[in-house]
Amino acid sequence: MENIKEKLSAMGCTDLLQADRTLSVTVEKNKFHEVATFLKEGRGGMVFDFLMDIIGIDYVESLGAIYYLCSTDHPQELLALRVSTSDREQPQLFSVCDLWDSAELYEREVYDFLGIKFINHPDMRRLFLRSDWKGHPLRKDYDASPAINPIPAHNEVIDDMERSSTIKIELGELVEKSHQIFGEKEYIVNFGPQHPAMHGVLHLRVSLDGEIVKKIDPNFGYIHRGVEKMSEAYTYPQILHLTDRLDYLSGTMNRHALCLCCEKALSLEVPDRAHYIRTIFDELTRIASHLLGWGCICMDMGSITAFVYGMRDREKIMDIFEETAGGRLMVNYNTIGGVACDIHPNFQKKVKELIPYLRKMIKEHHILFTENPIARGRMEGIGYLSKEKAISLGAGGPSGRASGWNNDVRKIEPYAAYQHADFDVVLREGGLTFDRYIIRLDEIEQSLRIIEQLIDNIPEGFFAAKTKAIIRLPEGEYYQRVENARGEFGVYINSRGDKSPYRIKFRSPSLTLVNALKPTVTGSKVSDLIMVGGSLDYVIPCIDR
Amino acid sequence: MYDFSVLTNWIDQWLRSQVGDSWALFVEFVLVGIAILTAYAVLALILIYAERKVCAAFQCRIGPNRVGPFGMLQSVADMFKILLKEIITIKQADPILFRLASFLVIIASICTFGALPFAKGLHAIDFNIGVFYLLAVSSLGVVGILLAGWSSNNKYTMIGAMRSGAQLISYELSCGLSLMVIVILSGTMQLSEIVEQQAEVWFIFQGHIPAMIAFIIYLIAGHAETNRGPFDLPEAESELTAGYHTEYSGIQFGFFYLAEYLNMFIVAAIATTLFLGGWQPFHVPGWESFNQVMDYIPSFVWFFGKSGLCVFLALWVRWSFPRLRIDQLLNLEWKILMPICLINILLMALCVL
Amino acid sequence: MEVKDIFIRNMKHEDFKENEYLDEYLNELRANGVSISVGKINDLINWGRSNSVWPLTFATSCCGIEFMSLGAARYDFARFGWEVTRNSPRQADVIFVCGTIVHKMAPVLKRLYDQMAEPKYVMAFGSCAIGGGPFKSSYHVVMGVDEVVPVDVYIPGCPPRPDAMIYGMMQMARKIKLQNFFQLSDKEKPKEHIDEEIKKEKA
Repeated sequence: MENIKEKLSAMGCTDLLQADRTLSVTVEKNKFHEVATFLKEGRGGMVFDFLMDIIGIDYVESLGAIYYLCSTDHPQELLALRVSTSDREQPQLFSVCDLWDSAELYEREVYDFLGIKFINHPDMRRLFLRSDWKGHPLRKDYDASPAINPIPAHNEVIDDMERSSTIKIELGELVEKSHQIFGEKEYIVNFGPQHPAMHGVLHLRVSLDGEIVKKIDPNFGYIHRGVEKMSEAYTYPQILHLTDRLDYLSGTMNRHALCLCCEKALSLEVPDRAHYIRTIFDELTRIASHLLGWGCICMDMGSITAFVYGMRDREKIMDIFEETAGGRLMVNYNTIGGVACDIHPNFQKKVKELIPYLRKMIKEHHILFTENPIARGRMEGIGYLSKEKAISLGAGGPSGRASGWNNDVRKIEPYAAYQHADFDVVLREGGLTFDRYIIRLDEIEQSLRIIEQLIDNIPEGFFAAKTKAIIRLPEGEYYQRVENARGEFGVYINSRGDKSPYRIKFRSPSLTLVNALKPTVTGSKVSDLIMVGGSLDYVIPCIDR
Repeated sequence: MYDFSVLTNWIDQWLRSQVGDSWALFVEFVLVGIAILTAYAVLALILIYAERKVCAAFQCRIGPNRVGPFGMLQSVADMFKILLKEIITIKQADPILFRLASFLVIIASICTFGALPFAKGLHAIDFNIGVFYLLAVSSLGVVGILLAGWSSNNKYTMIGAMRSGAQLISYELSCGLSLMVIVILSGTMQLSEIVEQQAEVWFIFQGHIPAMIAFIIYLIAGHAETNRGPFDLPEAESELTAGYHTEYSGIQFGFFYLAEYLNMFIVAAIATTLFLGGWQPFHVPGWESFNQVMDYIPSFVWFFGKSGLCVFLALWVRWSFPRLRIDQLLNLEWKILMPICLINILLMALCVL
Repeated sequence: MEVKDIFIRNMKHEDFKENEYLDEYLNELRANGVSISVGKINDLINWGRSNSVWPLTFATSCCGIEFMSLGAARYDFARFGWEVTRNSPRQADVIFVCGTIVHKMAPVLKRLYDQMAEPKYVMAFGSCAIGGGPFKSSYHVVMGVDEVVPVDVYIPGCPPRPDAMIYGMMQMARKIKLQNFFQLSDKEKPKEHIDEEIKKEKA
């Protein structure tokens, strides 16, 4: 890292700051692509091959973006590159799409929220909002009055022939070129927004040649609720409630991330008891989510019975949640400084009953479905995602681990009580649909192991630390990541010392997973598109936020 | 025992004595038509209820239990609702073909249903080419499905219809070839004759190994003919929303829905008639008293019992297997089932010789 | 013939809360009276319709998971005959709006609703669908689906428990039982409404 620091400052980067394993650097706009190439190619000794997130931010005097980079060889070290432009009318930055595949959607998101256009980006469209939306919501001067953007409450035909644009430098001048996404004669089928296998309201525009998928164009925003903009007016405990509703299947983990981020900023000492309880809850949520994810893969392949079995086992976990926290799906249990209430007297007993039950059931699921010749035939050899591609796309979590990318934040940066538990990161080398399928069932087993070790050792003491009535985070930037059921969930907070954040950004693991559909499915059949979609297991409200 | 021909002959005699020959025939046609349509509708309702209950049992659920005793009137309620639901006419659809399609599907299914021997003496029409007739008429349904998919002017239905065309036409082959085995064994295509020959031993046992192979292949291919899981590609719920009938509403959709269930029964009934002895009771040569006890059970109970067993098998498969992919589906037919069928016919011919 | 009390097999009349307007409507119907044959057929139709309500599989977010729980073994809405979830809106009777509806989704929801065949019903499931819920202050959220489509039953909660949903379904069955298939005054109303819309479009 020292080496890189020196080289970066030699390249003209300023404001080098090392804080808590994160090096933040300010780069000049015109030199940005050069610096990014330098980092990606690893000329400084570390190959920064994983672009975690791009955070667009409005500094009022300028518009900027923060790129969080990480090297898969040294996943503990983070590098934050800042770049900004002072032009508010026609803000433009250079795209890094050619270096990292994950940049494609992130840059479109920044354009959507802040209006920064990226030069050389192949597809500069809005990501979430309608193409006729006026204004960019995350700018501080955005006017949210409903008169500007009235609700379109009329029946509307989806336009298959949408146009996109690219900004390119030609002969020293910026030229904006418009192009059509699909050709006139292509057979375009819309999967979604309302479609039984789209896991919510994802809209995939697919160009088909008979049964074969030729091109995929994912469309988002059908559940974009503007959580990040809303959060800028909410206090931190209020924001906690929104995190549960992002990725509702791993709500506890998302909430955990924000709690950890706030605690880090406040330097708050959380009692051990809270850490243990949080970890157990996280793992229970992960099991519930994987059971549902498993069921969904099966359902996408047409086996509804397996889905019902998954839901049946999930209900047992819901019961445990309900007893302690009062909620089934939205547990609303973590708070800043600990958990909302102490565990129910029956909690430990019920969890201990659950473990053998689930082990038995998973064996049954394997017999029922994994061993099924039709299921094997469908899943094997389909949807290959190589390790390099997975890293470049940022497709992490279980889907990345199925490609052999060791990316478990629980091991990289042990938070809560994970350092007290002995567990393995399940890795598979295949990168096929079958690996992504089986890894979920194997991870349930590992989660059970973690719970087994922690459940009897929950320390006595208070379940939450005392916090002030109004929580104000000290000025600064904070980034915290946790492993949720779909991958790395990150929270970025830019605080100006107020009781609500200046900018908050959630890194959604699902966004990059959807982008992974393109390389994995192109050339396969329609049925595979649905099945691979199921095996990537994305949750749409988490993407749209 | 329980020969229905006594009853039917008596009605025939009485009518002839009352109104003369030609009028009697006319009245009989109408009566038989009404009887078949009623039986068709009632059977469909029973099958829908049965499937919902069986499916629930497989999924550790209870299934319908609020409407009527044990929820038995559930499908009747569904019928009332679907009869009164709005029929949407689609602006860009081909109006004539769009309407015709659902009728074609149900007509094909009723025609096949009408020619089945339900019980001793309860056989509406006994062709001398019965097996051929069943195969020919049941394959008309694919025209309806193709038309439905094409005329709806919807991309999902189009894909569904094309899949269905490929699937049904391929599996028709295996279906036909496996039935040919029995035709070779019995030496006739007349259904009554085929059933008659199984009075002592059913064909599945009489025909040794080739008949058993043919039976299994017929069950697979027949199951594929009905468009039900794991062969439900034409209406693959998670892929094509509702497949070829996506755009149909009200009773037009109801026709597809009924035909789907009845086709399942028809496949089971054909399997029963040709392999499991039709309405003939289970006899073991030599066990006279046992055979006599078996004879006491009415023939229609035998027929529906055996068909019900086959239907249950179909439901079992439907609710426990995932769906095949289109290329795997065609591979299964052309590379596995077809060659086995051809060899099987050869084997049977050798056996008979 | 006097119109009978609405009878739902699964739930006692006293257990329904805060829907006196249905009783008022019942009294209104009684005051007008119907002939026996018409009344009996009406009863039969309503019995069929209220017992066979096929939902459209439509879920935008969290509430959709609870909707799935409802379909699974523990809560099993198949008991009431509601389990035939149709994926095509043409064949569905009721649309459960599970989850938030945002600006971009509103036209899609409207389109789905328009594609459904009469008689069709809408249930707003969860606080987002009722009035924006926790996302009330967002710039992109529709404050309740009733801005887009007419709603029959509202089920509060974030997300509502499956039990709450069953209660909502019973309310729905009650409402359906009060429909009058042969009464013209009910049928004329939407027609006028459609005429007005056509006029507006022309203008």
